[in-house]
Amino acid sequence: MSGDLRARNHSAWWAFLLHRLSGLALALFLPLHFWALGQALQGEAALDRLLAWTAQPLVKTAEWGLVVLLAAHFALGLRVLALEFLPWRNWHRTLLAAAAGVTIAVGLALALAL
Amino acid sequence: MTTLVVDVWRGREDGRFQRFEVPRQSNQTILDVVTYIQRRLDPALAYRFACRVGMCGSCAMTVNGVARWTCRTHVAKVVRDDRLEIAPLRHLPVIKDLVTDMAPFFDKWARARGEFVPTRTRTDDFARVPPASRERAAADAAIECIGCGVCYASCDVVAWNPDYLGPAALNRAWTLVNDARDGARDDRLRAVAGDAGCHACHTHISCTERCPQHLAPTASIAGLKRASAAAALKGKL
Amino acid sequence: MTPRAAVRVWIAQRASAAVLAVCVIIHLITIAYATRSGLTAAELLARTHGNVGWLVFYAVFVLAAAVHVPIGLRTIASEWLGWRGRSAAIAAHLLALALAALGLRAVWGVFA
Repeated sequence: MSGDLRARNHSAWWAFLLHRLSGLALALFLPLHFWALGQALQGEAALDRLLAWTAQPLVKTAEWGLVVLLAAHFALGLRVLALEFLPWRNWHRTLLAAAAGVTIAVGLALALAL
Repeated sequence: MTTLVVDVWRGREDGRFQRFEVPRQSNQTILDVVTYIQRRLDPALAYRFACRVGMCGSCAMTVNGVARWTCRTHVAKVVRDDRLEIAPLRHLPVIKDLVTDMAPFFDKWARARGEFVPTRTRTDDFARVPPASRERAAADAAIECIGCGVCYASCDVVAWNPDYLGPAALNRAWTLVNDARDGARDDRLRAVAGDAGCHACHTHISCTERCPQHLAPTASIAGLKRASAAAALKGKL
Repeated sequence: MTPRAAVRVWIAQRASAAVLAVCVIIHLITIAYATRSGLTAAELLARTHGNVGWLVFYAVFVLAAAVHVPIGLRTIASEWLGWRGRSAAIAAHLLALALAALGLRAVWGVFA
Protein backbone atom coordinates (compact mmCIF):
# COMPACT_ATOMS: atom_id res chain seq x y z
CA MET A 1 0.00 0.00 0.00
CA SER A 2 1.60 3.28 -1.05
CA GLY A 3 1.82 5.87 1.66
CA ASP A 4 0.03 8.81 0.05
CA LEU A 5 -2.58 9.66 2.64
CA ARG A 6 -3.83 12.89 1.07
CA ALA A 7 -6.69 11.23 -0.80
CA ARG A 8 -7.38 8.81 2.05
CA ASN A 9 -7.66 11.34 4.83
CA HIS A 10 -11.41 11.13 5.41
CA SER A 11 -13.30 9.48 8.24
CA ALA A 12 -14.75 6.51 6.39
CA TRP A 13 -11.31 5.46 5.21
CA TRP A 14 -9.91 5.50 8.74
CA ALA A 15 -12.93 3.47 9.84
CA PHE A 16 -12.09 0.88 7.18
CA LEU A 17 -8.44 0.76 8.21
CA LEU A 18 -9.27 0.34 11.88
CA HIS A 19 -11.81 -2.36 11.06
CA ARG A 20 -9.30 -4.27 8.95
CA LEU A 21 -6.33 -3.92 11.33
CA SER A 22 -8.40 -4.85 14.41
CA GLY A 23 -9.70 -7.88 12.53
CA LEU A 24 -6.16 -8.86 11.60
CA ALA A 25 -4.97 -8.54 15.19
CA LEU A 26 -7.89 -10.63 16.46
CA ALA A 27 -7.28 -13.24 13.77
CA LEU A 28 -3.69 -13.58 14.97
CA PHE A 29 -4.78 -13.79 18.64
CA LEU A 30 -7.64 -16.26 18.24
CA PRO A 31 -5.64 -19.47 17.57
CA LEU A 32 -3.57 -18.64 20.67
CA HIS A 33 -6.74 -18.21 22.67
CA PHE A 34 -8.14 -21.56 21.49
CA TRP A 35 -4.87 -23.35 22.13
CA ALA A 36 -4.50 -21.93 25.63
CA LEU A 37 -8.04 -22.93 26.56
CA GLY A 38 -7.46 -26.35 25.05
CA GLN A 39 -4.91 -26.81 27.80
CA ALA A 40 -7.86 -27.05 30.14
CA LEU A 41 -8.19 -30.56 28.78
CA GLN A 42 -5.23 -31.38 30.97
CA GLY A 43 -7.44 -30.73 33.97
CA GLU A 44 -7.98 -28.18 36.70
CA ALA A 45 -4.35 -27.68 37.63
CA ALA A 46 -3.43 -26.66 34.10
CA LEU A 47 -6.36 -24.25 33.97
CA ASP A 48 -5.44 -22.78 37.35
CA ARG A 49 -1.88 -22.19 36.10
CA LEU A 50 -3.29 -20.43 33.05
CA LEU A 51 -5.59 -18.25 35.17
CA ALA A 52 -2.67 -17.35 37.43
CA TRP A 53 -0.57 -16.39 34.42
CA THR A 54 -3.35 -14.14 33.10
CA ALA A 55 -3.44 -12.28 36.41
CA GLN A 56 -0.08 -10.64 35.67
CA PRO A 57 -0.41 -6.88 34.97
CA LEU A 58 1.18 -7.06 31.52
CA VAL A 59 -1.15 -9.85 30.46
CA LYS A 60 -4.14 -8.03 31.90
CA THR A 61 -3.23 -4.93 29.91
CA ALA A 62 -2.83 -6.96 26.73
CA GLU A 63 -6.20 -8.57 27.36
CA TRP A 64 -7.72 -5.14 27.84
CA GLY A 65 -6.24 -4.09 24.49
CA LEU A 66 -7.65 -7.17 22.80
CA VAL A 67 -11.14 -6.57 24.17
CA VAL A 68 -10.95 -2.95 22.99
CA LEU A 69 -9.93 -4.17 19.53
CA LEU A 70 -12.81 -6.64 19.65
CA ALA A 71 -15.26 -3.88 20.60
CA ALA A 72 -13.92 -1.68 17.78
CA HIS A 73 -14.14 -4.45 15.19
CA PHE A 74 -17.63 -5.37 16.40
CA ALA A 75 -18.96 -1.80 16.38
CA LEU A 76 -17.38 -0.96 13.02
CA GLY A 77 -18.79 -4.22 11.66
CA LEU A 78 -22.29 -3.22 12.75
CA ARG A 79 -21.67 0.06 10.94
CA VAL A 80 -20.88 -1.82 7.71
CA LEU A 81 -23.98 -3.97 8.13
CA ALA A 82 -26.08 -0.81 8.55
CA LEU A 83 -24.56 0.77 5.44
CA GLU A 84 -25.05 -2.36 3.35
CA PHE A 85 -28.48 -3.51 4.45
CA LEU A 86 -30.45 -0.49 5.60
CA PRO A 87 -31.83 2.10 3.12
CA TRP A 88 -29.00 4.43 2.20
CA ARG A 89 -28.66 7.60 4.22
CA ASN A 90 -25.78 10.01 4.54
CA TRP A 91 -25.03 8.76 8.04
CA HIS A 92 -21.70 7.00 7.79
CA ARG A 93 -20.02 9.64 9.96
CA THR A 94 -22.73 9.36 12.59
CA LEU A 95 -22.35 5.59 12.58
CA LEU A 96 -18.62 6.00 13.04
CA ALA A 97 -19.14 8.31 15.97
CA ALA A 98 -21.48 5.73 17.53
CA ALA A 99 -18.90 2.98 16.95
CA ALA A 100 -16.22 5.12 18.58
CA GLY A 101 -18.53 5.73 21.52
CA VAL A 102 -19.20 2.03 22.03
CA THR A 103 -15.49 1.21 21.80
CA ILE A 104 -14.52 3.88 24.30
CA ALA A 105 -17.32 2.85 26.65
CA VAL A 106 -16.20 -0.77 26.62
CA GLY A 107 -12.59 0.26 27.09
CA LEU A 108 -13.42 2.46 30.05
CA ALA A 109 -15.75 -0.06 31.67
CA LEU A 110 -13.14 -2.77 31.41
CA ALA A 111 -10.34 -0.53 32.64
CA LEU A 112 -12.35 0.42 35.69
CA ALA A 113 -13.26 -3.19 36.37
CA LEU A 114 -9.68 -4.43 36.19
CA MET B 1 1.95 39.71 -6.62
CA THR B 2 2.58 36.21 -5.35
CA THR B 3 3.96 33.40 -7.38
CA LEU B 4 2.69 29.84 -7.27
CA VAL B 5 5.24 27.03 -7.29
CA VAL B 6 3.62 24.28 -9.32
CA ASP B 7 4.95 20.72 -9.69
CA VAL B 8 3.47 19.15 -12.81
CA TRP B 9 3.83 15.51 -13.83
CA ARG B 10 5.67 15.03 -17.11
CA GLY B 11 6.10 11.87 -19.13
CA ARG B 12 4.40 8.56 -18.62
CA GLU B 13 4.17 6.30 -15.52
CA ASP B 14 7.94 6.50 -15.17
CA GLY B 15 8.04 10.28 -15.56
CA ARG B 16 8.81 12.94 -12.98
CA PHE B 17 7.52 16.22 -11.61
CA GLN B 18 8.65 19.42 -13.33
CA ARG B 19 8.52 22.71 -11.45
CA PHE B 20 6.98 25.88 -12.89
CA GLU B 21 6.33 29.33 -11.47
CA VAL B 22 2.92 30.77 -12.20
CA PRO B 23 1.63 34.22 -11.20
CA ARG B 24 -1.15 33.95 -8.70
CA GLN B 25 -4.43 35.64 -9.49
CA SER B 26 -7.60 36.04 -7.47
CA ASN B 27 -10.38 33.76 -8.73
CA GLN B 28 -7.93 31.38 -10.35
CA THR B 29 -8.73 27.72 -10.96
CA ILE B 30 -6.26 24.85 -11.31
CA LEU B 31 -7.26 24.63 -14.98
CA ASP B 32 -6.24 28.29 -15.35
CA VAL B 33 -2.85 27.37 -13.89
CA VAL B 34 -2.35 24.43 -16.26
CA THR B 35 -3.48 26.53 -19.23
CA TYR B 36 -1.03 29.29 -18.29
CA ILE B 37 1.83 26.81 -18.16
CA GLN B 38 0.97 25.32 -21.54
CA ARG B 39 0.45 28.66 -23.28
CA ARG B 40 3.23 30.72 -21.75
CA LEU B 41 5.87 28.38 -20.37
CA ASP B 42 5.87 24.97 -22.08
CA PRO B 43 3.70 24.31 -25.13
CA ALA B 44 4.63 20.61 -24.97
CA LEU B 45 2.53 20.07 -21.83
CA ALA B 46 -0.35 17.69 -22.61
CA TYR B 47 -3.65 18.00 -20.76
CA ARG B 48 -7.37 17.53 -21.37
CA PHE B 49 -10.28 19.90 -20.95
CA ALA B 50 -13.43 20.79 -22.82
CA CYS B 51 -16.28 22.78 -21.35
CA ARG B 52 -14.22 24.39 -18.53
CA VAL B 53 -17.47 25.11 -16.66
CA GLY B 54 -17.96 21.93 -14.65
CA MET B 55 -20.25 19.97 -16.96
CA CYS B 56 -18.14 17.50 -18.93
CA GLY B 57 -15.65 16.04 -16.45
CA SER B 58 -12.78 16.04 -19.01
CA CYS B 59 -10.41 18.11 -16.85
CA ALA B 60 -10.19 15.65 -13.95
CA MET B 61 -6.67 15.42 -12.51
CA THR B 62 -4.93 14.69 -9.22
CA VAL B 63 -4.42 17.99 -7.39
CA ASN B 64 -2.29 17.88 -4.22
CA GLY B 65 -2.95 14.15 -4.07
CA VAL B 66 -6.74 14.33 -4.46
CA ALA B 67 -8.73 13.66 -7.67
CA ARG B 68 -10.72 16.74 -8.70
CA TRP B 69 -12.21 18.62 -11.64
CA THR B 70 -9.56 21.27 -12.23
CA CYS B 71 -11.98 23.78 -13.76
CA ARG B 72 -14.05 23.71 -10.59
CA THR B 73 -11.17 23.77 -8.13
CA HIS B 74 -10.11 27.22 -7.07
CA VAL B 75 -6.44 27.60 -6.31
CA ALA B 76 -7.38 29.32 -3.06
CA LYS B 77 -9.16 26.18 -1.90
CA VAL B 78 -6.27 23.74 -2.29
CA VAL B 79 -3.06 25.74 -2.32
CA ARG B 80 -0.65 25.31 0.61
CA ASP B 81 2.23 27.72 1.12
CA ASP B 82 1.76 28.87 -2.49
CA ARG B 83 2.56 25.35 -3.74
CA LEU B 84 0.58 23.02 -5.96
CA GLU B 85 1.15 19.49 -7.20
CA ILE B 86 -0.71 18.47 -10.35
CA ALA B 87 -0.64 14.90 -11.63
CA PRO B 88 -2.79 12.73 -13.91
CA LEU B 89 -5.69 10.68 -12.53
CA ARG B 90 -4.56 7.58 -10.67
CA HIS B 91 -5.15 3.96 -11.62
CA LEU B 92 -5.18 4.62 -15.36
CA PRO B 93 -2.36 4.31 -17.90
CA VAL B 94 -0.66 7.64 -18.56
CA ILE B 95 -0.48 8.62 -22.23
CA LYS B 96 1.48 11.78 -21.62
CA ASP B 97 1.83 14.26 -18.75
CA LEU B 98 -1.66 14.92 -17.41
CA VAL B 99 -3.52 12.83 -19.99
CA THR B 100 -4.65 9.32 -19.06
CA ASP B 101 -5.99 6.51 -21.21
CA MET B 102 -9.64 6.18 -20.25
CA ALA B 103 -10.09 2.94 -22.20
CA PRO B 104 -9.71 0.59 -19.18
CA PHE B 105 -12.30 2.69 -17.32
CA PHE B 106 -14.85 2.27 -20.10
CA ASP B 107 -13.89 -1.34 -20.76
CA LYS B 108 -14.94 -2.09 -17.20
CA TRP B 109 -18.14 -0.12 -17.77
CA ALA B 110 -18.89 -2.53 -20.63
CA ARG B 111 -17.87 -5.57 -18.54
CA ALA B 112 -20.38 -4.48 -15.90
CA ARG B 113 -23.04 -4.53 -18.64
CA GLY B 114 -23.51 -0.82 -18.21
CA GLU B 115 -25.64 -0.55 -21.32
CA PHE B 116 -29.42 -0.44 -21.62
CA VAL B 117 -31.05 -3.51 -23.19
CA PRO B 118 -34.45 -2.60 -24.64
CA THR B 119 -37.54 -4.78 -24.47
CA ARG B 120 -39.95 -2.78 -26.62
CA THR B 121 -40.05 -1.74 -30.22
CA ARG B 122 -41.19 1.51 -31.77
CA THR B 123 -44.59 -0.04 -32.43
CA ASP B 124 -45.18 -0.70 -28.71
CA ASP B 125 -46.70 1.87 -26.43
CA PHE B 126 -44.45 3.92 -24.13
CA ALA B 127 -43.35 2.29 -20.91
CA ARG B 128 -45.07 3.81 -17.92
CA VAL B 129 -42.59 4.37 -15.12
CA PRO B 130 -43.84 6.21 -12.03
CA PRO B 131 -41.05 8.65 -11.15
CA ALA B 132 -41.68 8.27 -7.45
CA SER B 133 -41.47 4.49 -7.49
CA ARG B 134 -38.70 3.10 -5.29
CA GLU B 135 -36.77 1.69 -8.24
CA ARG B 136 -36.98 4.82 -10.36
CA ALA B 137 -35.99 7.01 -7.41
CA ALA B 138 -32.97 4.77 -6.84
CA ALA B 139 -32.00 4.97 -10.52
CA ASP B 140 -32.51 8.74 -10.62
CA ALA B 141 -30.29 9.23 -7.57
CA ALA B 142 -27.40 7.65 -9.46
CA ILE B 143 -28.11 8.59 -13.06
CA GLU B 144 -26.16 11.86 -13.36
CA CYS B 145 -22.76 10.19 -13.72
CA ILE B 146 -20.81 11.63 -16.66
CA GLY B 147 -17.94 9.17 -16.54
CA CYS B 148 -15.23 11.58 -15.38
CA GLY B 149 -13.20 8.92 -13.60
CA VAL B 150 -12.67 10.78 -10.31
CA CYS B 151 -14.29 8.00 -8.26
CA TYR B 152 -12.25 5.35 -10.06
CA ALA B 153 -9.07 7.30 -9.39
CA SER B 154 -10.02 7.68 -5.73
CA CYS B 155 -10.83 4.04 -5.01
CA ASP B 156 -8.21 1.97 -3.18
CA VAL B 157 -9.83 -1.30 -4.18
CA VAL B 158 -9.23 -0.31 -7.81
CA ALA B 159 -5.58 0.05 -6.85
CA TRP B 160 -5.41 -3.21 -4.90
CA ASN B 161 -7.56 -5.42 -7.15
CA PRO B 162 -6.74 -4.94 -10.86
CA ASP B 163 -9.93 -6.65 -12.00
CA TYR B 164 -12.25 -4.59 -9.81
CA LEU B 165 -14.92 -3.01 -12.01
CA GLY B 166 -14.88 0.19 -10.00
CA PRO B 167 -17.49 2.54 -8.58
CA ALA B 168 -18.61 4.23 -11.81
CA ALA B 169 -19.27 1.04 -13.75
CA LEU B 170 -21.11 -0.49 -10.80
CA ASN B 171 -23.08 2.69 -10.20
CA ARG B 172 -24.23 2.68 -13.82
CA ALA B 173 -25.17 -1.01 -13.58
CA TRP B 174 -27.30 -0.17 -10.53
CA THR B 175 -29.28 2.44 -12.46
CA LEU B 176 -30.03 -0.19 -15.09
CA VAL B 177 -30.89 -2.88 -12.54
CA ASN B 178 -33.52 -0.44 -11.32
CA ASP B 179 -34.76 0.40 -14.81
CA ALA B 180 -38.16 -1.22 -15.27
CA ARG B 181 -37.78 -1.10 -19.07
CA ASP B 182 -34.46 -2.97 -19.17
CA GLY B 183 -34.40 -6.58 -20.28
CA ALA B 184 -31.05 -7.88 -19.01
CA ARG B 185 -31.37 -7.67 -15.22
CA ASP B 186 -30.20 -11.22 -14.40
CA ASP B 187 -27.31 -11.05 -16.87
CA ARG B 188 -26.25 -7.76 -15.41
CA LEU B 189 -26.38 -8.99 -11.82
CA ARG B 190 -24.26 -11.93 -12.89
CA ALA B 191 -21.79 -9.50 -14.47
CA VAL B 192 -21.46 -7.31 -11.38
CA ALA B 193 -21.42 -10.02 -8.71
CA GLY B 194 -18.10 -11.49 -7.84
CA ASP B 195 -14.76 -10.71 -6.26
CA ALA B 196 -14.08 -8.25 -9.09
CA GLY B 197 -17.54 -6.78 -8.76
CA CYS B 198 -19.72 -5.29 -6.10
CA HIS B 199 -18.58 -7.78 -3.44
CA ALA B 200 -15.07 -6.34 -3.57
CA CYS B 201 -16.27 -3.00 -2.23
CA HIS B 202 -15.24 -2.43 1.39
CA THR B 203 -17.20 0.73 1.96
CA HIS B 204 -14.21 3.05 2.07
CA ILE B 205 -16.70 5.60 0.71
CA SER B 206 -13.90 7.49 -1.06
CA CYS B 207 -15.90 7.48 -4.28
CA THR B 208 -18.88 9.17 -2.65
CA GLU B 209 -16.56 11.57 -0.84
CA ARG B 210 -14.92 12.71 -4.11
CA CYS B 211 -17.71 12.56 -6.70
CA PRO B 212 -18.06 16.04 -8.21
CA GLN B 213 -21.69 15.30 -9.04
CA HIS B 214 -22.36 14.38 -5.39
CA LEU B 215 -23.46 10.89 -6.30
CA ALA B 216 -23.10 7.97 -3.92
CA PRO B 217 -21.63 4.97 -5.73
CA THR B 218 -21.28 3.32 -2.31
CA ALA B 219 -25.07 3.29 -2.05
CA SER B 220 -25.43 1.85 -5.55
CA ILE B 221 -22.88 -0.87 -4.81
CA ALA B 222 -24.64 -1.76 -1.55
CA GLY B 223 -27.83 -2.05 -3.58
CA LEU B 224 -26.09 -4.40 -6.02
CA LYS B 225 -24.89 -6.55 -3.11
CA ARG B 226 -28.45 -6.92 -1.87
CA ALA B 227 -29.91 -7.44 -5.35
CA SER B 228 -27.35 -10.07 -6.33
CA ALA B 229 -27.87 -11.89 -3.02
CA ALA B 230 -31.64 -11.92 -3.60
CA ALA B 231 -31.15 -13.17 -7.15
CA ALA B 232 -28.75 -15.89 -6.00
CA LEU B 233 -31.16 -17.07 -3.32
CA LYS B 234 -33.85 -17.35 -5.98
CA GLY B 235 -31.51 -19.37 -8.19
CA LYS B 236 -31.32 -16.67 -10.83
CA LEU B 237 -27.54 -16.25 -10.77
CA MET C 1 -14.73 -16.99 -8.08
CA THR C 2 -18.11 -17.35 -9.79
CA PRO C 3 -20.84 -14.78 -9.06
CA ARG C 4 -22.78 -17.36 -7.07
CA ALA C 5 -19.74 -18.29 -5.01
CA ALA C 6 -18.99 -14.64 -4.33
CA VAL C 7 -22.55 -14.07 -3.14
CA ARG C 8 -22.31 -17.11 -0.87
CA VAL C 9 -19.04 -15.88 0.65
CA TRP C 10 -20.54 -12.41 1.17
CA ILE C 11 -23.65 -13.86 2.85
CA ALA C 12 -21.51 -16.19 4.98
CA GLN C 13 -19.38 -13.29 6.17
CA ARG C 14 -22.38 -11.12 7.13
CA ALA C 15 -24.34 -14.00 8.69
CA SER C 16 -21.36 -15.16 10.74
CA ALA C 17 -20.78 -11.53 11.75
CA ALA C 18 -24.33 -11.30 13.07
CA VAL C 19 -23.93 -14.56 15.02
CA LEU C 20 -20.56 -13.41 16.39
CA ALA C 21 -22.03 -10.08 17.44
CA VAL C 22 -24.49 -11.85 19.73
CA CYS C 23 -21.96 -14.42 20.95
CA VAL C 24 -19.32 -11.78 21.71
CA ILE C 25 -21.67 -9.81 23.92
CA ILE C 26 -22.69 -12.90 25.87
CA HIS C 27 -19.08 -14.06 26.11
CA LEU C 28 -17.73 -10.74 27.38
CA ILE C 29 -20.45 -10.46 30.01
CA THR C 30 -19.78 -14.04 31.10
CA ILE C 31 -16.03 -13.55 31.37
CA ALA C 32 -16.43 -10.22 33.13
CA TYR C 33 -18.74 -11.87 35.67
CA ALA C 34 -16.37 -14.80 36.14
CA THR C 35 -13.38 -12.53 36.65
CA ARG C 36 -15.18 -10.25 39.10
CA SER C 37 -16.41 -13.21 41.12
CA GLY C 38 -12.84 -14.48 41.24
CA LEU C 39 -13.78 -17.92 40.03
CA THR C 40 -11.07 -20.51 40.31
CA ALA C 41 -10.53 -23.20 37.72
CA ALA C 42 -12.39 -25.72 39.83
CA GLU C 43 -15.43 -23.49 40.22
CA LEU C 44 -15.38 -22.55 36.54
CA LEU C 45 -15.17 -26.13 35.31
CA ALA C 46 -17.81 -27.22 37.79
CA ARG C 47 -20.23 -24.86 36.08
CA THR C 48 -19.36 -25.89 32.55
CA HIS C 49 -18.86 -29.64 32.97
CA GLY C 50 -21.83 -31.47 31.51
CA ASN C 51 -23.62 -28.19 30.75
CA VAL C 52 -25.15 -28.67 27.32
CA GLY C 53 -26.18 -25.04 27.18
CA TRP C 54 -22.58 -23.80 27.31
CA LEU C 55 -21.47 -26.57 24.96
CA VAL C 56 -23.93 -25.53 22.27
CA PHE C 57 -23.25 -21.84 22.80
CA TYR C 58 -19.48 -22.13 22.52
CA ALA C 59 -19.66 -24.60 19.64
CA VAL C 60 -21.77 -22.13 17.67
CA PHE C 61 -19.35 -19.35 18.64
CA VAL C 62 -16.32 -21.34 17.44
CA LEU C 63 -17.93 -22.35 14.16
CA ALA C 64 -19.04 -18.79 13.40
CA ALA C 65 -15.47 -17.60 14.03
CA ALA C 66 -14.09 -20.43 11.86
CA VAL C 67 -16.21 -19.09 8.98
CA HIS C 68 -15.66 -15.38 9.58
CA VAL C 69 -11.88 -15.19 10.16
CA PRO C 70 -10.62 -17.00 7.01
CA ILE C 71 -12.88 -14.97 4.73
CA GLY C 72 -11.53 -11.75 6.20
CA LEU C 73 -7.92 -12.91 6.01
CA ARG C 74 -8.40 -14.11 2.44
CA THR C 75 -9.49 -10.62 1.39
CA ILE C 76 -6.49 -9.03 3.10
CA ALA C 77 -4.15 -11.55 1.46
CA SER C 78 -5.67 -10.85 -1.94
CA GLU C 79 -5.51 -7.07 -1.68
CA TRP C 80 -2.32 -6.46 0.31
CA LEU C 81 -0.18 -9.48 -0.55
CA GLY C 82 -1.49 -10.18 -4.03
CA TRP C 83 -2.17 -13.77 -2.97
CA ARG C 84 -5.14 -14.93 -5.05
CA GLY C 85 -6.45 -17.99 -6.83
CA ARG C 86 -6.55 -21.62 -5.88
CA SER C 87 -3.73 -21.73 -3.32
CA ALA C 88 -5.25 -18.84 -1.40
CA ALA C 89 -8.66 -20.52 -1.42
CA ILE C 90 -7.17 -23.78 -0.15
CA ALA C 91 -5.26 -21.94 2.59
CA ALA C 92 -8.46 -20.24 3.69
CA HIS C 93 -10.31 -23.54 3.90
CA LEU C 94 -7.45 -25.14 5.85
CA LEU C 95 -7.45 -22.22 8.27
CA ALA C 96 -11.18 -22.65 8.77
CA LEU C 97 -10.70 -26.34 9.59
CA ALA C 98 -7.80 -25.58 11.93
CA LEU C 99 -9.75 -22.93 13.83
CA ALA C 100 -12.77 -25.21 14.10
CA ALA C 101 -10.62 -28.10 15.33
CA LEU C 102 -8.67 -26.04 17.88
CA GLY C 103 -11.76 -24.25 19.09
CA LEU C 104 -13.98 -27.29 19.42
CA ARG C 105 -11.14 -29.06 21.27
CA ALA C 106 -11.14 -26.23 23.78
CA VAL C 107 -14.93 -26.31 24.06
CA TRP C 108 -14.84 -30.03 24.68
CA GLY C 109 -12.14 -29.60 27.28
CA VAL C 110 -14.42 -27.29 29.19
CA PHE C 111 -17.50 -29.44 28.85
CA ALA C 112 -16.26 -32.98 29.29
